[in-house]
Amino acid sequence: MNLKFFYYFGHYLLFMKSMLARPERTNVFFKRLMDEMYKIGIGSLPIIAITSLFIGAVTTVQTAYQLVSGLIAKSVIGTIVSDSTMLELGPTISCLVLSGKVGAHIASEIGNMRISEQIDALDVMGINAPGYLALPKILAGMIMIPILNIIAITLSIYGGYVAGELSGILTHEEFITGARSTFKGFTLFFSTVKAFTFAFLITSVSSYQGFYTTGGALGVGESSTRAVVYSSVLVLFFDYILAEILL
Amino acid sequence: MIELKNVNKSFGDKQVLFNIDATFLSGSNNLIIGASGGGKSVLMKCMVGLEQPEIGTISFDGRNILELENQDLRDVRREIGMLFQGTALFDSLTVEQNIAFPLEMFSKMSPSERMDRVNFCLKRVNLENVNTKYPSEISGGMKKRVGIARAIALDIKYLFCDEPNSGLDPITSRLIDELINEITKEYGITNVINSHDMKTVFDIGDHILFLYKGQKWWEGNRSELPHAQKEIKELDSFIKASYFE
Repeated sequence: MNLKFFYYFGHYLLFMKSMLARPERTNVFFKRLMDEMYKIGIGSLPIIAITSLFIGAVTTVQTAYQLVSGLIAKSVIGTIVSDSTMLELGPTISCLVLSGKVGAHIASEIGNMRISEQIDALDVMGINAPGYLALPKILAGMIMIPILNIIAITLSIYGGYVAGELSGILTHEEFITGARSTFKGFTLFFSTVKAFTFAFLITSVSSYQGFYTTGGALGVGESSTRAVVYSSVLVLFFDYILAEILL
Repeated sequence: MIELKNVNKSFGDKQVLFNIDATFLSGSNNLIIGASGGGKSVLMKCMVGLEQPEIGTISFDGRNILELENQDLRDVRREIGMLFQGTALFDSLTVEQNIAFPLEMFSKMSPSERMDRVNFCLKRVNLENVNTKYPSEISGGMKKRVGIARAIALDIKYLFCDEPNSGLDPITSRLIDELINEITKEYGITNVINSHDMKTVFDIGDHILFLYKGQKWWEGNRSELPHAQKEIKELDSFIKASYFE
């Protein structure tokens, strides 16, 4: 079991190393990077927007439910919503959602190319297939997912603000006062570091799973499932590691 | 010319190719025939560099691809075109983008020169008005033609065709055979075809290699084949079985 882990980890590192060759054509690489940024960034915007708005709203309502003491100012709800969103809910929940959406898409796209011999066709042409297929996806993820994280945080706080106002839990002044009171630039930096790390994990693990797909359509399904499961677990694991290191 | 010397390949404990020696000449159709599991595909994969044999040499006009550094190997690969069994067209690209792909990656042609070359290749494989279609929108025979057009888009020296007739009706199969034969003779390409279609063998097989259980069992040309069939029972069984497929 342990030896198997080292085998696959080493294989993954070799896959990553194989990507680091100079692209055959810089303009083709740049075009592919733009396409992937569009697919990952704009393509994931609706699901991130919906998830974030509701997470913010639910956090406000549930925090108010737990604050039973009249001695605690209602503005604390704004503080809790904004801090928990920036520290945890924004990057982690967004990236768990993205490991399902983006991870499965990457693994199934590359996996399908593997089983239909399209990757063999690239190899025969003398094109560095990992560099051509996976590197633009990984870079696009590392650029777009931190941006999606900022959007997720913004929408989540806005969701909390609207829910607080609509349900009469607290006024918008109270919410904004609370949200601003403990704001630290480092929290946002930490959140961005998390999103950046998770983006690398999701895209690289999913590319690896897709690239080494075996079998037919069933194999594509299996590698997509593995991509989602492994990247989700790694997101949670590195969430803890980063918290230990940076906080 | 492609020369194979003492090529051996194993997967784990199972040896699939045993001491294969062969010479494939330019401007001729070299067919590798044999039953499924006989080692045809593995031999072709070794020749195009998708598999590495443990022992032996594979030389493309004197360049042993098993000893070349990465950049030199890529240079050789740019002289290779391959028609895959399932065509391996990029399904996210249109027909013209598929054919333009190797040109975009490896030539210094302007976009208009590329389009001229794409249209020339499409015309050469007798396809017109399919430029903007996706591979999923065209028939199996058309996909094979697009695969050939993509393979010849760059000025290739070597063409590999893995089961070019699989999944095609007999009429389309003959058209594809004719097309491959014409292109081979016209451009003086070294062409290697994996096939178990005996019609292809008798129609265009200039040089035939019969593999049986990973070993070269017989080598000759199509005029020698009927005599060899009488002499070699494995070849006779293969030919008879292929007519019943």
